[in-house]
Amino acid sequence: MSDRTRASIPANSTSAPTAQSSAPLSGRQPVLELRNVTKRFGPLTVLDGIDLSVAQGEVVVLVGPSGCGKSTLLRCTVGLEQIDGGEVLLDGEVVSGRERTQQDRSRMGMVFQSYDLFPNMSVIDNVTLAPTIVRGQSQKDAREKAKALLARVGLADRADARPSTLSGGQQQRVAICRALAMEPEVLLLDEVTAALDPEMVHEVLQVVLELADDGLTMLIVTHEMSFAQAIADRVVMLDAGHIVEEGGPEFFTNPKTERAKAFLRTFEFHRSGRDS
Amino acid sequence: MDWGLVHAYTPLFVTALRVTLMVSAGGVAAALVVGLLVAIVRLWHVPVLDQLSIAYVEVARNTPSLVQLFFLYFGLPKLGILLSQETCAIVCLAFLGGGYMAEAFRAALVAVPPIQHESAQVLGLTRRQAMRHVVLPQAMAQATPALVANVVFLVKESSVVSGIALADLMYVAKDIIGQSYDTVEALFLLVVAYAIILLPISAVGSAIERRFAYGR
Ligand SMILES: Nc1ncnc2c1ncn2[C@@H]1O[C@H](COP(=O)(O)OP(=O)(O)OP(=O)(O)O)[C@@H](O)[C@H]1O
Ligand SMILES: [Mg+2]
Repeated sequence: MSDRTRASIPANSTSAPTAQSSAPLSGRQPVLELRNVTKRFGPLTVLDGIDLSVAQGEVVVLVGPSGCGKSTLLRCTVGLEQIDGGEVLLDGEVVSGRERTQQDRSRMGMVFQSYDLFPNMSVIDNVTLAPTIVRGQSQKDAREKAKALLARVGLADRADARPSTLSGGQQQRVAICRALAMEPEVLLLDEVTAALDPEMVHEVLQVVLELADDGLTMLIVTHEMSFAQAIADRVVMLDAGHIVEEGGPEFFTNPKTERAKAFLRTFEFHRSGRDS
Repeated sequence: MDWGLVHAYTPLFVTALRVTLMVSAGGVAAALVVGLLVAIVRLWHVPVLDQLSIAYVEVARNTPSLVQLFFLYFGLPKLGILLSQETCAIVCLAFLGGGYMAEAFRAALVAVPPIQHESAQVLGLTRRQAMRHVVLPQAMAQATPALVANVVFLVKESSVVSGIALADLMYVAKDIIGQSYDTVEALFLLVVAYAIILLPISAVGSAIERRFAYGR
């Protein structure tokens, strides 16, 4: 269970709850750990010696300018990209540098920016597919769990619908259920609302906030700054393949580095000739 | 046209229709299997097999089917492999059709967005499980029109087997024309017989297309 309390997304979380320290939640075993991870695409070094760990129940938000390597970092973590140096550890066990086993892969969940539900099957079959064929759960058990998950994100009545008949926000909520059905040790979210119409962003982020409250370990890439501020136990800013700043949610109100200040300014609007 | 003659020749064509159907069905089924396997080998870039597959598709599609058939029927026995006429005919259609089916499957498989493979992979599915449950069903929707066109092509192309004296529709028609000059009646029955096979294929093809149409 979580020792954090959160209200809703726009909540100005200046009232820092106890566990929101800027260091990785100390004393806890990291679930996920990246050690000196390097990734190159040809001559381009996209990740340059990244060290990052996510503790049990911790929510780490990864921010940074476009093209700085956030998606690449997530993709390397789950094994969609091979890394060129360093290692990725899950529960203290190295999972990178070799062909990952089916079990390794299913221990991390990931939801992407674009809608990626399987269009050839119903919503509930999307959710039950991996539990049945990877974990060998019975159809009946898997469906029961899937229904509970769908109910939790408010989509119980759409279980038998085709994904193409759902809105973008609904599809992303199903995608979250699909990942959760495998009971991942850590859930990675890559700008899950970036492709959504503005009015659907909130419903998806609200679901993510609830997961955080339930103590799910997450590594989240997002451009939604108020959401990031509300959900983050720790913020990591990436720029040009390096971690340039790392801290608690006070990152958003009181960034330390020039890079971070410049980055946060890109989310502000001012009219010239007026005091902001 | 002499309807009496048409009536008299009908039993011959019924028998020949069975032969054409048997050869086509066997050839099409085998071509679908070969085509799918070759397409997957190419999609996954399986070492060695990938290069062999490319060469195979080129040969299958760019050599005359009669040459392929003669090679099987007259060439293989020289290598000590004896095949019956029927087997030869089916293998020939499988070889020819496999090349075309492979291209149809491959075009449809590469059209499935990479994120679909990746989502399946992240969920822990193996490449084979992802292929079977996620990628192939989506590719089938896309591939169906081309596959159906290939089936029709292969049924028509099955007439080459008359070249090794297998008594299919074409063989019987040519035989009648050669012996009795009843050209009009023979050709009429030939057209009717092919229509009986090909029209339902088109209908079934459209039905399958509708069945697979998910709409993204
Ligand atoms: N498969 C690839 N091949 C070559 N270069 C790539 C590949 N994927 C990403 N890159 C490059 O790596 C860099 C980092 O890309 P990445 O997608 O990780 O950035 P990002 O931080 O997620 O950006 P955004 O905020 O726009 O999503 C970019 O310069 C991109 O062009
Ligand atoms: Mg990205």
